[in-house]
Amino acid sequence: MTAPSRATLEDLVAAKEIVVVCGPGGVGKTTVAASIGAMAACQQGGRVLVLTVDPARRLAQALGLGGRDGEQGTALAPPRSGSARLRGPRALQVPPSAFEQVGASPRGELWAEMLDTKLGWDNLVSLHAPDPATAKRILENSLYQNISGRFVQSHDYIAVERLYELHSEGAYDLIVVDTPPTRNAVDFLLAPERMADFFASRLLRILTVPYRSRFVDLASRPFYYVADRVLGTQFLEDIAEFFILFQTLSEGFVERAKHVERLLADRRTTFIVVSTLEPVPVREAEAFIRLLPARRLHLGGVVLNRALPSYLTEAAVGQQADWLQSRSAQVAQRLCAPGGPLEACEEALVDRVLGEIAANFSNIAVVAKREAAQRAELSWAHELVSSIPELDEDVHDLAGVLALGRHLWSARAA
Amino acid sequence: MGLRSETAANPSLLARSLLFVTGKGGVGKTTIAAGLALLGSMRGRRVLVCEMDAKGDLAACFETGPTFFEEREILPGLFAMSMDAESSLRQYLSLQLRLPRSAVIGPVARMFDFVASAAPGVREIVSIGKLCWEVRERHYDMVVVDAVATGHIVGQLSAPQTINNLVQVGLVRQQTDWMLDILSDPAVTAVLVVATPEEMPVTETIELVDDLKAKTSAPVGAIVVNRVLPELFGTREEQAFDALSSTQAMEVLADELRGGAEPLLAAARLMVRARRSRASHLERLRSAIAPGGPPGLAPMLYVPYLFLRSYGMRATRQVAAALAAELEI
Repeated sequence: MTAPSRATLEDLVAAKEIVVVCGPGGVGKTTVAASIGAMAACQQGGRVLVLTVDPARRLAQALGLGGRDGEQGTALAPPRSGSARLRGPRALQVPPSAFEQVGASPRGELWAEMLDTKLGWDNLVSLHAPDPATAKRILENSLYQNISGRFVQSHDYIAVERLYELHSEGAYDLIVVDTPPTRNAVDFLLAPERMADFFASRLLRILTVPYRSRFVDLASRPFYYVADRVLGTQFLEDIAEFFILFQTLSEGFVERAKHVERLLADRRTTFIVVSTLEPVPVREAEAFIRLLPARRLHLGGVVLNRALPSYLTEAAVGQQADWLQSRSAQVAQRLCAPGGPLEACEEALVDRVLGEIAANFSNIAVVAKREAAQRAELSWAHELVSSIPELDEDVHDLAGVLALGRHLWSARAA
Repeated sequence: MGLRSETAANPSLLARSLLFVTGKGGVGKTTIAAGLALLGSMRGRRVLVCEMDAKGDLAACFETGPTFFEEREILPGLFAMSMDAESSLRQYLSLQLRLPRSAVIGPVARMFDFVASAAPGVREIVSIGKLCWEVRERHYDMVVVDAVATGHIVGQLSAPQTINNLVQVGLVRQQTDWMLDILSDPAVTAVLVVATPEEMPVTETIELVDDLKAKTSAPVGAIVVNRVLPELFGTREEQAFDALSSTQAMEVLADELRGGAEPLLAAARLMVRARRSRASHLERLRSAIAPGGPPGLAPMLYVPYLFLRSYGMRATRQVAAALAAELEI
């Protein structure tokens, strides 16, 4: 065992079965998840799955999810444990030839699956409904269709639920989860709990009492008075019918949510928090990091994406920039003097260019210094902090995914 | 890039009453909303700015304490609030049903979470309803909404339609028509989509604009391109810059600067490359949003990258100034 303070991301991933990549929106979670998966498949071997949500199209193509069926990847029907009635989302394998084209020879296999929220819900209903007829009635209920399709938070639950399903099937050695975009990063963690609360709620019981008998209950009368006026009786009855049906799922759902929570807290699961070094994402990442130990979840590391290079914060270079700024005319004169290296160039132009170079450095240096301060603030959280440099291009192919992965892989404690 | 095509039916952004600011997470949507609200109030309009997701980022933009559902004047003529669907419903009920608030609170609080989870559109409708109501009652000249991110905004703006389809009768149903009127009137409402000139934000913006057109009647007022990098060199300057990398020139620079000039040039190259890659995404955005169409259809407003301060009141002021320059006022 390597001592924790010397651990690299490679060591961490080798020891885990589930890596959950999370953090604020817009920081590059999908790319980081893909990179971790690709590196693990290349170097550690085995069968690796990246479970992702709506990745950028070109990245999806790099992972074999974007092409026409059968063109980019090979479809796999994941093995199912005794529930033949489930329709499975399809995982696709990134073909080994794609790795070979970029000079990599993977020891294992890289698979990718795109989360399908609607299908996830349908599967859950089919799994937990007491009989196929009830399942059918729920699936056809218009309220249900609205919930599964549009319910904003339902992504979160379906993502952890699908993770649980995949893990318990045992088809993969490593599952890397790219968490869905949420309003807050913590929503993802709270999803199973919320689902359990939902079914435990007293209100669900009130609502599912047959409609007529409700008026006997004095306690719930004000509720119905208001609800009727606001939403109309018919709509309330629709809701009630839906919940009566939905409640038949309750036992299975609650039980399942508990399993899902347990899996997140399992020692084989680790969380990687991704953030950029801008103040707002850092604040959100920090809040998320604080929440993990409170919920007994394992923080594996912090990845700081799009970090500016460290030479920008060097005092000596900053002084050079200041100096160049104040002496650009003289330097331009020397460069453009007859026989000088820039004699072909107009002196005033070179003066301007030198001024821009100096001003630009000072501009970026301020940002880099601010980033360094933000970085220090996040570093208390964990020994394993890894930065990815600001890249010229967005990562959109397997070569880019691997290049980024190599940065991450060997990163050591800051 | 101004809005020269202003007409009575399509007035300048600052003349409209309800402005939704959305965008992919991390593009600076809250700062843009704050800058827009500040600009409105600096131009003498009575402004309400509302944070929809209650993360507290809006308060940080104004260096002010936490905001609540009850609006608070944070600067002269500028009021701030954070949306809370439950409080909104409660306020609405006490106005509509003329119930004492105490009678409404208990059962409503319990009912609300529940029905809102079950019936999509309910949470959204009471939030949107509050904003539309402020506009209808003319409590403010301008309501700026720091709206939810791209993934959720369509659900929010189409809530009145969703409710119309689901609910046949009842108070909520009676309210959807006038809300739709407000939300679909380009003289009143505008959706501003914020993007940075990077791959994913541009892609999401293009998709969102299509989606807004397909699923809502809300007019897209502008695309705000945030964090635009400065152009360091023109073509001739760039030639001179390239010449600086020659061994001889580097020697002169090293001598003058008493040390290698490589980091200074590397920083300049970093900026040039970043600007260039962003320019290509910007071009993609431009051709997708307004392919040769009339200006003003979905004008693009450019806000520069702020090197010194990226958030807080200082940044908000700079964004307001940049927007003012773009809107030519």
